[in-house]
Amino acid sequence: MTDLTALTIAEARDQLKAKTISAAELTGAYIEAIENANEALNAYIVTTPEKALAMAKASDARLASGNAGALEGIPLGIKDLFGTEGIHTQAASHILDGFKPNYESTVTANLWADGAVMLGKLNMDEFAMGSSNETSYYGAVKNPWRARGSNADLVPGGSSGGSAAAVAARLCAGATATDTGGSIRQPAAFTGTVGIKPTYGRCSRWGIVAFASSLDQAGPIARDVRDAAILLKSMASVDVKDTTSVDVAVPDYEAAIGKPLAGLKIGIPKEYRVDGMPEEIERLWQQGIEWLKDAGASIVDISLPHTKYALPAYYIVAPAEASSNLARYDGVRYGLRVPGKDIVEMYEKTRATGFGEEVKRRIMIGTYVLSAGYYDAYYLQAQKVRTLIKKDFEDVFHAGVDAILTPATPSAAFGIADQDMAADPVKMYLNDIFTVTVNMAGLPGIAVPAGLDARGLPLGLQLIGRPFDEETLFQTAYVIEQAAGKFNAAKWW
Amino acid sequence: MSVDISTVKRVAHLARIAVSEDDATRMTGKLNAILGFVEQLNEVNVDGVEPMTSVTPMAMKKRSDIVNDGGKAADIVANAPIHEENFFVVPKVVE
Repeated sequence: MTDLTALTIAEARDQLKAKTISAAELTGAYIEAIENANEALNAYIVTTPEKALAMAKASDARLASGNAGALEGIPLGIKDLFGTEGIHTQAASHILDGFKPNYESTVTANLWADGAVMLGKLNMDEFAMGSSNETSYYGAVKNPWRARGSNADLVPGGSSGGSAAAVAARLCAGATATDTGGSIRQPAAFTGTVGIKPTYGRCSRWGIVAFASSLDQAGPIARDVRDAAILLKSMASVDVKDTTSVDVAVPDYEAAIGKPLAGLKIGIPKEYRVDGMPEEIERLWQQGIEWLKDAGASIVDISLPHTKYALPAYYIVAPAEASSNLARYDGVRYGLRVPGKDIVEMYEKTRATGFGEEVKRRIMIGTYVLSAGYYDAYYLQAQKVRTLIKKDFEDVFHAGVDAILTPATPSAAFGIADQDMAADPVKMYLNDIFTVTVNMAGLPGIAVPAGLDARGLPLGLQLIGRPFDEETLFQTAYVIEQAAGKFNAAKWW
Repeated sequence: MSVDISTVKRVAHLARIAVSEDDATRMTGKLNAILGFVEQLNEVNVDGVEPMTSVTPMAMKKRSDIVNDGGKAADIVANAPIHEENFFVVPKVVE
């Protein structure tokens, strides 16, 4: 029998419907793959094989009775940031020790309602703060990719590093992820997978552990563009429980795949040509332009003049929101408590023990920029710059641009425990230089694999779209995928 | 702008994070690296620019003023480190 974990979601869906495979068989194949690989890759924090098999059995019953949902029997991995009823939900942090919510996040509830099967909870940077998955309380995730002829372990990117690694190593058919500054798109680019951050307001944030509420969005990481479209259709919804959920019907994203690009105008922003960018990324970008041109799109040079200010503005806005959101971890209502001589000492010791270094750093920056005397100079200035960043995009869309093509990351995956990045937090932050603008402006962005570098590591391109125009992103990304082909990591684990 | 070690300790206390002398020293350098990086925002002319309040233009949603949830005290305290009879238990705060 062929390896069932090799099937894409679209292929598995067809075979399940045709009854050539069962959901129980498919789920069993993934459970076995996880057992064999997870010790080496550390992608899953918790696995739920019994729940998965029970869900698969229920899927088989619905498939038999003709009541199958859009994702019936498809085994998925869930980022640890999503609240899952009765199951480990800790945002990969020590401070949420033992937390098992009595509720289900809207996004995961949507997936289960469509028949998907849960394999377990995926590793991530603590509270989604990081670009390498090294800030997790549960340890680093290893990238399934290695440079040609090398045994050195590489990071899968972050914060959705467990999601990206699990998809790339075929430890799930697809995964949920979240993106506050690039946490879906950067790990997707580092692992040769497809990741889309939809428009702010497209997926409900209800039941997802909050990091920076005005930037956080859920989205899928998948093996190809079609699978990402299938997953987003189920994840997205209009939700009364999230007041920032927007009342726009969810379209059939898959229907956009295969549509010709004739008439589409693709913008190429000159500000994304940054100093020190490897020549191979520049070449890949040029190649992407050629592919879209060949497919009938017209290419125009554009300018987004405030691009360079997006990352510094982000490092004020995101920590400010995080310092407020993370104030709830006080040792009283859930998770870890470290006793103290009075309540303030109890708070301080609990938070000192429970939060990792990077999370503490961001809470401290956020507290500082919101404190008396600094609010106007930092926070208000950053929110004004954010208005300008968004206006840059509005201007080019107004001028007729349908989507924008950029590199996804300024480099391929780097090594675990990189000394330069450990010494200077800003070096790590620069990973998000091409992705963070999209969060600041609330726009949709997709990362799609476009080639390998000289060492054989995957590189991705990013497409940025108009608000709620994810369809154009799927349509265009599919053309890149068709031209570039798909990339799979050689199994070493 | 940059922070010194006494500011770091003050901010840590505001954030309710206990820091040792060593922690504070180590944090000072890294926080200053970040503050140095964000300094460039001062170059931007923001005259007459409104600060962003909502990234997606939309009217604030309002829900009906009706009770639609509740009666689940046991669920709410279920994850508390210490609870008694549906109350969170904390160290004494009032003498």
